[in-house]
Amino acid sequence: MERDDLIEYSLNTHHSEEHGKALRTKIWKVTLLLTIITAIEVALGAYIKQSSDVWIYVKWTFIVLTLLKAGYIVMVFMHLGDERKWMRNVILLPYAGFILYLIFIALVEALAVGEAWSGVAV
Amino acid sequence: MAGNTVQLDSKTLWGGKESPFQTSYGKLMMWFFLVSDALTFSGLLVAYGFVRHDTLEAWPIGEETFNSLPFLGHGYPLIYVALMTFILIVSSVTMVLAVEAGHRMDKKGVIKWMIATIIGGFFFLGSQVWEWSHFIHGSEFGRIELMDGSEAIVKGHFGEIKNFTVLESGLHHKKGDVITDDLMHTFQHAAKEGHIEKGGKIHLHDGSVAQVNKAHDHDLELTIKLISSDSKRKIGDKIDGKEAEKLYYASLYSGTPKVTYGAPWFEDGEHWLPTKNEYGPQQYAHFFFFITGFHGFHVFSGVLINILIFIGVVKGTYHKRGHYEMVEKTGLYWHFVDLVWVFVFTFFYLV
Repeated sequence: MERDDLIEYSLNTHHSEEHGKALRTKIWKVTLLLTIITAIEVALGAYIKQSSDVWIYVKWTFIVLTLLKAGYIVMVFMHLGDERKWMRNVILLPYAGFILYLIFIALVEALAVGEAWSGVAV
Repeated sequence: MAGNTVQLDSKTLWGGKESPFQTSYGKLMMWFFLVSDALTFSGLLVAYGFVRHDTLEAWPIGEETFNSLPFLGHGYPLIYVALMTFILIVSSVTMVLAVEAGHRMDKKGVIKWMIATIIGGFFFLGSQVWEWSHFIHGSEFGRIELMDGSEAIVKGHFGEIKNFTVLESGLHHKKGDVITDDLMHTFQHAAKEGHIEKGGKIHLHDGSVAQVNKAHDHDLELTIKLISSDSKRKIGDKIDGKEAEKLYYASLYSGTPKVTYGAPWFEDGEHWLPTKNEYGPQQYAHFFFFITGFHGFHVFSGVLINILIFIGVVKGTYHKRGHYEMVEKTGLYWHFVDLVWVFVFTFFYLV
């Protein structure tokens, strides 16, 4: 019996030489960018002390740079940028929702724990 | 069928219905798996952040804890972990190049880039082994409790131990013997048990007493990390020069020193967890081992999957099939491993 659930199919699994060439250029550009971002992060981490007044800005710079790196990896290396809009959404939106909730609840809990600690003589 | 003008051939149909995202089942399921796995890692990192801010004791600082390179010693903040990050990014790049070659049905290209990816994966795993080993063994000075009860971490250049010359015979070592084996380990073990006296006389396990012949330390700097109620120091105070050396050895030679080297995995053979560590609160080592270990496990399985797919590529399985989508799917997993490391790098090492 022929099983129709085992059909091997694929979409968008081929491209031309020219398209490949353009793609490779893009890949190397993104590589350079990711390397530069990592180098900046290491330099900031190594030379600015956590006790410094500007540390809070450095911290946020790290977070922004990390999200930038993650964006390039997901959109270019994982080709999510080339997928259909709703495939992108079905992956990113639930994730974003869960994470925002997780961060929210962690902060709320942290405040409660902080308050509990403040009542304890240390 | 108003509004639906997309024409799909029968091969793209899902059991009679059209593929909603114009993508294959396997790829979509890989994405869903990655979303759930990403949530697991997010949970770990959020828990790490929570515990970090919930802990009263000063949390270790990345650039102070991770500042060593193999063969070169200390003084290279974050360079090693940056190198690990770079290795993983490069192996992600070679993977995306393998996928690109697959799209052109370039079998040789896929083979070339997949070999590079697998080698990159092994390099990363090897680096992590060194990193763990270094973290477990710790520094030469360790973390010490000073005589006033405050605790300090120590930076500086530890003078090399040349040998021990036996002064009083014991069960194995006779007077006049020169011991040259396992010096650092013996020294740290004796230091922890308070078996080293003023002047560097070490009591060995066989009952013999020996003189430690050690080069002079340089550039000692103590940083206070924890204070006791009767200590006049403050957290973050730094002490250097002769004063640092005096305080350090006064405690180490006191007979009841409290010194911790690295992050021992069990103490008294009771626990399979790091019980104490020289870097800071216990939880720090727990999270270090769990998060980097869980990620390392992903890298390890990623390398195994890459090898399996690589065998398929070499045998021509995917070429016969007419497309290299399997390479693309493992590629997704491999990029995800890189993606997670980007976050671990930021939240564990940098922030």
